[in-house]
Amino acid sequence: MQETKKDTGFEIVTREDFSDVTYLLEIRHPLMAKAARPGQFVIVMLHEHGERIPLTIADFDRNKGTITLVIQAVGKTTKEMQQNCRQGTHLYAIVGPMGIPSHIGKAKKVVCVGGGLGVAPIFPQARAYKESGAYVIGVVGFRSRELMFWEDRFRACCDELIVCTDDGSAGIRGLVTAGIKQAIAKHSDIDEVVAIGPPVMMKGCAEATRSARIKTMVSLNPVMVDGTGMCGGCRVKVGGKMMFACVDGPDFDGHQVDFDDLMFRLRRFVPTEKAALERWQDSCRMKIPPIERLELPDPFEEVKGG
Amino acid sequence: MATKKKTIRTIPQERTPVREQDPQARAKNFSEVSLGYQLDDALREAERCLMCPDQPCVRGCPVGIDIPGFIRKISEKNFHGAYDTLTDTNLLPAVCGRVCPQETQCEGVCTVGDVLAPVAIGRLERWVGDLAIKEGWANIPYIEPNGFKVGIVGSGPAGMACAADMAKAGCDVTVYEAFHQAGGVLKYGIPDFRLPNEVVDAEIERLVRLGIKFECNTLVGRLFTIEQMISEMGFHALFVGTGAGYPSFMGIPGESFNGVLSANELLTRCNLMRAKEFPNFDTPLQPGRRVAVIGAGNTAMDAMRVSLRLGAEKVYCIYRRTKTEAPARAEEIHHAEEEGIEFHWLTSPVEILDDGKNNVRGMRCIRMELGEPDESGRRRPVPVAGSEFEFEADAVVFAIGTNANPILGQTCKFKLNRRGYIDADDDLATSITGVFAGGDIVTGAATVIEAMGAGRKAARSMKAYLGLRDSDVVYLPERAGGAGKLFGIDLSERGYARVRIA
Ligand SMILES: Cc1cc2nc3c(=O)[nH]c(=O)nc-3n(C[C@H](O)[C@H](O)[C@H](O)COP(=O)(O)OP(=O)(O)OC[C@H]3O[C@@H](n4cnc5c(N)ncnc54)[C@H](O)[C@@H]3O)c2cc1C
Ligand SMILES: Cc1cc2nc3c(=O)[nH]c(=O)nc-3n(C[C@H](O)[C@H](O)[C@H](O)COP(=O)(O)OP(=O)(O)OC[C@H]3O[C@@H](n4cnc5c(N)ncnc54)[C@H](O)[C@@H]3O)c2cc1C
Ligand code: SF4
Ligand code: FES
Repeated sequence: MQETKKDTGFEIVTREDFSDVTYLLEIRHPLMAKAARPGQFVIVMLHEHGERIPLTIADFDRNKGTITLVIQAVGKTTKEMQQNCRQGTHLYAIVGPMGIPSHIGKAKKVVCVGGGLGVAPIFPQARAYKESGAYVIGVVGFRSRELMFWEDRFRACCDELIVCTDDGSAGIRGLVTAGIKQAIAKHSDIDEVVAIGPPVMMKGCAEATRSARIKTMVSLNPVMVDGTGMCGGCRVKVGGKMMFACVDGPDFDGHQVDFDDLMFRLRRFVPTEKAALERWQDSCRMKIPPIERLELPDPFEEVKGG
Repeated sequence: MATKKKTIRTIPQERTPVREQDPQARAKNFSEVSLGYQLDDALREAERCLMCPDQPCVRGCPVGIDIPGFIRKISEKNFHGAYDTLTDTNLLPAVCGRVCPQETQCEGVCTVGDVLAPVAIGRLERWVGDLAIKEGWANIPYIEPNGFKVGIVGSGPAGMACAADMAKAGCDVTVYEAFHQAGGVLKYGIPDFRLPNEVVDAEIERLVRLGIKFECNTLVGRLFTIEQMISEMGFHALFVGTGAGYPSFMGIPGESFNGVLSANELLTRCNLMRAKEFPNFDTPLQPGRRVAVIGAGNTAMDAMRVSLRLGAEKVYCIYRRTKTEAPARAEEIHHAEEEGIEFHWLTSPVEILDDGKNNVRGMRCIRMELGEPDESGRRRPVPVAGSEFEFEADAVVFAIGTNANPILGQTCKFKLNRRGYIDADDDLATSITGVFAGGDIVTGAATVIEAMGAGRKAARSMKAYLGLRDSDVVYLPERAGGAGKLFGIDLSERGYARVRIA
């Protein structure tokens, strides 16, 4: 078998846990750290038998030569990574940065919205807008206060930060769409909204800005294989046209995206994914103390909070 | 072993058959269909070559392999010699022997074929290639490093061929590949039952022994650009062989229903990601019970036969023209028929239907008939009015061709042609100085041997660009275009010593 690196892959230099389901990995890859731009993603393989899974580059440090991923454990691969990825261990493969970088335009006032697995990926965009001189309003959604992370990072790059929680334990009570409405009510001159999160959330955001005709960019996350435009598995419908999210996106005009199409395509492999997860959890249970079986998230459901 | 002159009457009349797995059994496994020749078979088949002086087969071969030359060496039992003759022009005999469309190339013009079945050139080539792998032969010449650094983008047959030639010329060669494994379509596209991954790996191993470095997990254009490779990374010349990814769909209603996918996705999941071994490997593949594959090229045949092996009960081939126009290798269509694939010629889908829950339940198809010939010379299929009918299937696979991959066009300043492929001149030079391109990314989807030929041609141009002498000039002056004279000296004088250069 053709191996690339003589060492066993790409080193994990930091691991941090935000909650039971959300964790951060910082990976050494100096070239990638140099090339990465906001909005881009990588494809990761945990081991030789693993699946190729796409993850957004949540941060990059050109001096340290590292990139940061923030991952929600939702299925077999992401849970296995949660269990096995420690500081000093290696990922078998990581390739990127993929996708067209987000266009950080001349917008003067932007709202950057992140919910669920989109909280971390929205951060580099918020920071890039800040660096471009824009007035940045951050809207981040979590289930409850305990699940919050990176508040300090967001505060550092946002002129205003609206935190939304389901239970009202921090910030305002409600979905991120409530946060967007609050921002629109306060500022009549918003040029652009950027939203990243589960498809339902992005759909909600696009609806929330449609009547006000505010340009709304979303980052789509269909199931991918290669990430190089070769398989067409990531095709999405935008403005009635077929696009491949990995090379034509992942950012698209939210008012043009057919979110229902995206959501049912995300369910393509549900039965097999479920089987894989159950099988893996069963095999884990034999070796290590039992871990709690988590429900598979439904992409139709508003997945919130890390 | 100089024998008396053979004639069409004296040679074995029958083409030596090759042993194959039984169609019933093989439709359930991924082991190779054709088991290849044994020594006796190869010797017998080699006897069938007439050693024609005019060598039509050599002209029929896209890279001009000295076919009677290597066959003669098989007859002389000089097998290593046969391998040397093959690898003079063809880097990957074990691969090409398996996947080349011989019937339209060398075997299609073989003199024996005028009267009997043509010499089985492909099977002989494969036999020699396999023997070389088994025996561990590799023609590793003495290589004098010349200090030039050459980068190759894409590890398909085009990139592999260019890399090998440049490494033999003494360059420090690095191949960059986006996937986690090298090999291009040979690895992710063509399934194991036609071309086992071990064969591809063995060929790559040989390249590694030539000193070529493979850097997988590297998406050129995004991790670094072509311009950066030249200005910052110190490459003196580059070759781009990124293939033609980007699968086409038809643009008919229902293409996003679950159960509709491109052949590339099906094949990549199955071959490279080994979804066929799920759950031992993690990548899922939702198997279809009744699979309809649209198209009749090699990719379509592969998609059908893979679906069958993944457990489909029924697999249909839906093609808008007839068997005569089908672009797949004759052998693949034949094998597919044997395995029980159902062919529906002159049929085209107009809509994909779902079960109300976004899962495919079938297609609406229309019958076609052949009209006037189009630009390609093939008769154009035209729909027969009012002939629509429903067709039941729970998976629809599109294998109707590919378009240019956009990544390098998006990120680097290549001049592209109208269809988005890289524009290269006759010497395969691109609009960026020192950067050459070849294979599917220049021509659009073609064949393994043509991609390899392009890689070698680009290597010749690259050597000229770097000021390296081409070994062809010394050893094969006719091919290098310098017939009669070498360095201004008449060849007949032979008053110079041969030096090992590249
Ligand atoms: C461009 C892009 C960027 C992404 N960025 C991040 C990120 O920064 N952090 C993060 O935690 N996740 C991110 N995702 C989602 C992540 O890729 C999936 O969660 C992951 O593939 C799930 O793999 P699994 O084997 O753990 O789960 P599986 O068992 O394969 O799937 C579990 C469930 O997750 C959903 N799912 C499966 N594949 C995907 C997918 N590719 N995208 C979205 N949902 C999926 C399905 O609903 C499925 O039922 C991103 C996806 C894309 C396409
Ligand atoms: C399913 C299938 C079956 C086929 N069967 C046959 C057959 O039987 N006989 C035959 O002669 N031909 C066949 N072909 C066609 C043949 O395989 C191709 O013509 C040939 O492989 C083209 O070679 P290439 O080197 O140009 O590109 P490819 O083999 O496509 O290789 C290109 C490589 O470049 C990599 N790459 C792309 N972009 C980048 C980037 N930006 N950075 C780094 N790497 C990158 C890709 O991942 C890929 O590995 C078949 C093709 C398919 C898809
Ligand atoms: S055309 Fe056929 S018989 Fe003649 S040299 Fe070639 S392979 Fe042999
Ligand atoms: S992931 Fe394969 S084409 Fe986008």
